[in-house]
Amino acid sequence: MNVTKRSYDAVIVGAGGAGLRAALQLAEAGLNIAVLSKVFPTRSHTVAAQGGVAASLGNSDEDHWHWHMYDTVKGSDWLGDQDSIEYMCRMAPEVVYELEHFGMPFTRTEDGRIYQRPFGGHMSNFGEKPVRRACAAADRTGHAMLHTLYQRNVRANTRFFVEWMALDLVRGPEGEVLGVTAIEMETGEVSVFQAKATLFATGGSGRMYYASTNAFINTGDGLGMAARAGLPIQDMEFFQFHPTGVYGAGILITEGVRGEGGILRNKDGERFMERYAPNAKDLASRDVVSRAMATEIKEGRGCGPEKDHLLLDLSHLDPDVIIRRLPGIREISIRFAGADPVREPIPVVPTAHYQMGGIPTLYSGRVVAPKNGDPDAVVPGFYAAGECACASVHGGNRLGCNSLLDLLVFGRSAGDSMIEDIGKMPGALPDLRRDAAEGSLARLDRLESQKDGESVHEVQAAMRRTMQEHCGVFRFPEMLAKGVAEIEAVAERVSRTGIGDHSRVFNTARIEALEVENLIEAAKATMMGAANREESRGAQARADFPERDDTNWLKHSLWYREGNRIDYRPVHLKPLTVETVALKKRVY
Amino acid sequence: MPTMQFKIYRYDPDRDERPRMQDISVEIDAADRKLLDVLVKLKAKDDSIGYRRSCREGVCGSDAMNINGKNGLACLTEVKDLKQPVVLRPLPGLPVIRDLIVDMTQFFKQYHSIRPYLINDEPPPERERLQSPEDREELDGLYECILCACCSTSCPSFWWNPDKYVGPAGLLQAYRFLCDTRDQATSERLDDLDDPYRLFRCHSIMNCVDACPKELNPMAAIGKIKAMMLARTV
Repeated sequence: MNVTKRSYDAVIVGAGGAGLRAALQLAEAGLNIAVLSKVFPTRSHTVAAQGGVAASLGNSDEDHWHWHMYDTVKGSDWLGDQDSIEYMCRMAPEVVYELEHFGMPFTRTEDGRIYQRPFGGHMSNFGEKPVRRACAAADRTGHAMLHTLYQRNVRANTRFFVEWMALDLVRGPEGEVLGVTAIEMETGEVSVFQAKATLFATGGSGRMYYASTNAFINTGDGLGMAARAGLPIQDMEFFQFHPTGVYGAGILITEGVRGEGGILRNKDGERFMERYAPNAKDLASRDVVSRAMATEIKEGRGCGPEKDHLLLDLSHLDPDVIIRRLPGIREISIRFAGADPVREPIPVVPTAHYQMGGIPTLYSGRVVAPKNGDPDAVVPGFYAAGECACASVHGGNRLGCNSLLDLLVFGRSAGDSMIEDIGKMPGALPDLRRDAAEGSLARLDRLESQKDGESVHEVQAAMRRTMQEHCGVFRFPEMLAKGVAEIEAVAERVSRTGIGDHSRVFNTARIEALEVENLIEAAKATMMGAANREESRGAQARADFPERDDTNWLKHSLWYREGNRIDYRPVHLKPLTVETVALKKRVY
Repeated sequence: MPTMQFKIYRYDPDRDERPRMQDISVEIDAADRKLLDVLVKLKAKDDSIGYRRSCREGVCGSDAMNINGKNGLACLTEVKDLKQPVVLRPLPGLPVIRDLIVDMTQFFKQYHSIRPYLINDEPPPERERLQSPEDREELDGLYECILCACCSTSCPSFWWNPDKYVGPAGLLQAYRFLCDTRDQATSERLDDLDDPYRLFRCHSIMNCVDACPKELNPMAAIGKIKAMMLARTV
């Protein structure tokens, strides 16, 4: 097959919030960039974010970035890197104002400022009482943000390669990253994109679970590519289950519903969160609420004939609040649950939502991989931002609205780092080795020529069932041990997938097969990490190790594909300018 | 399990001389509530059926197609409401790349042509620009567009002049910026649209309003642009 070679200052893979924010930085600096995306940019999953973006603007209540930082460290169950968290929370107001200046249609307060609502784990004065910190555009904040960022990129003349799927990282002899290979979906042709700087902004891997809030496209592509290139993936055992996915359909219902006053109830109509989190109640952190819900269901207090879900009640709210502040939720509830929340409660269940782990980076967006005893050794030429990256600001559990913030802050910082590093590399790029696309072509050839191949659909279903059963909200030792064996068996099947469609033109069967090859790496990392970490922290809740163990486990885990092994990296406990948020028991 | 019958438009330029309609059926169960759920099952049966999809909740705009003669999103279309055989075709009026996948270049070109971004050359304040809740409310019903193209590809004026007529989706966004109190390019934006084709090819056929899966009203927005244009001539 002919492979076209293309050269740029920078290549960005992914055009969701993080990719677009980084692209804007580079395009406005006048660099020659290529942005690759499997889908048209506004189809990226950022579009589905609802409730808001966190920033201590203090428009409605007194607020401070330091309180936001405290909440984020506590939310992370102390696994987050405190330098990255300080950086993110300090930058938050600036990146949100910037977005407003770009034209983002935020909802407004009476005095014309950005509207802010309460959200889970957002507290004032170091955990004292709820504070309105979530900056919102009704309940369509992600949609408004993604479109605004795309629009600003149109203004900046950013060069997009729409419906191009990146296949593999290209690395040099010293391990430096030199670009990516990619397939153009419309023609089936393969290109090598050579670049001085390569950014992954490829999003999450939530499709590894059977019940997921995630879009079809969230297949962990960046993680698969990084893992195949020999790079580690960090903290994947911390997978967030959102308390309120629509029962049966999995569609997200924002925490903003509870921020506006919505209440979770069990079959007896009891507001059960009062028992689990007496202070924050329904607005405790997501891991806490999801565990409470799973416990209610397990103990027979679930709703419906199968007693397998709970109810999110808004019926006591002013209908006008629902219609004006939560119009998208009302639409989703009517369409996917057949319930109008003005009158009836929404049936909900904890649903896989967000990967806290990912490709390890510093707060500058530079990717790290331990080398010669240096746990923070930078991989030259390689950057990551957004859900695919692990900066690590979310640690063991992400706070609501910190994901959209993460996209903006680290999309921008990665863009700035790329500009800085490219500035130190004058002149043309050296020629790539001739066989730079060899690995990718071999994978495509294998898929084309596979005889009696495994069905992609069935293999993916097996992966999703395995993850759901063995690596859910609560984790049990024997289930994890079985899960590790089962996911390895699924991985073996993934290496033998076959497709019926051999057309060159827009072959979606081929794309789905390539996606499963990425997703299985993320699934292995998650299952292995969960089986390995013998403690309970944030979203990792082990039945056999119910307590957090800071003596042995206050560390990031790193999963390597080769040898399916796990190593560790220290947590950055020292912030940039303030005192460390000291370890203590986490209660809401 | 009941069986559901489909007729699906198939065309793969790599193999087919000309388009054809494929008869195919699939067994469905109670969990298959939306058309997209059934399409996923159909693809498990015949992996060569090409269609786009992503969020499966009606916010990304990927899976627009012509369903029993009407444009809509597969992920929001109730299976129980569909007459069988369900006839699926690509969105009309755009070149077909393959099967249900159309080439949206022309659609996005028109969207880009209205300069879909805030224009305000004053140095921004240190904090947010202020906007009253009433002024912000003007953007409701406009900013929610998901660029699925259901409206523009149901519009005869757009079918005939896709290169010259902006079309309902682009004009809805043109008005979104025209009525944003933070935008300063009102007069340039109106100048750009003051053209027999770009704006005035809209003949109030109203297909756009029927087709919009988000229940937005491009025709009302077009009417408001026309009113703004009239207001500045008197």
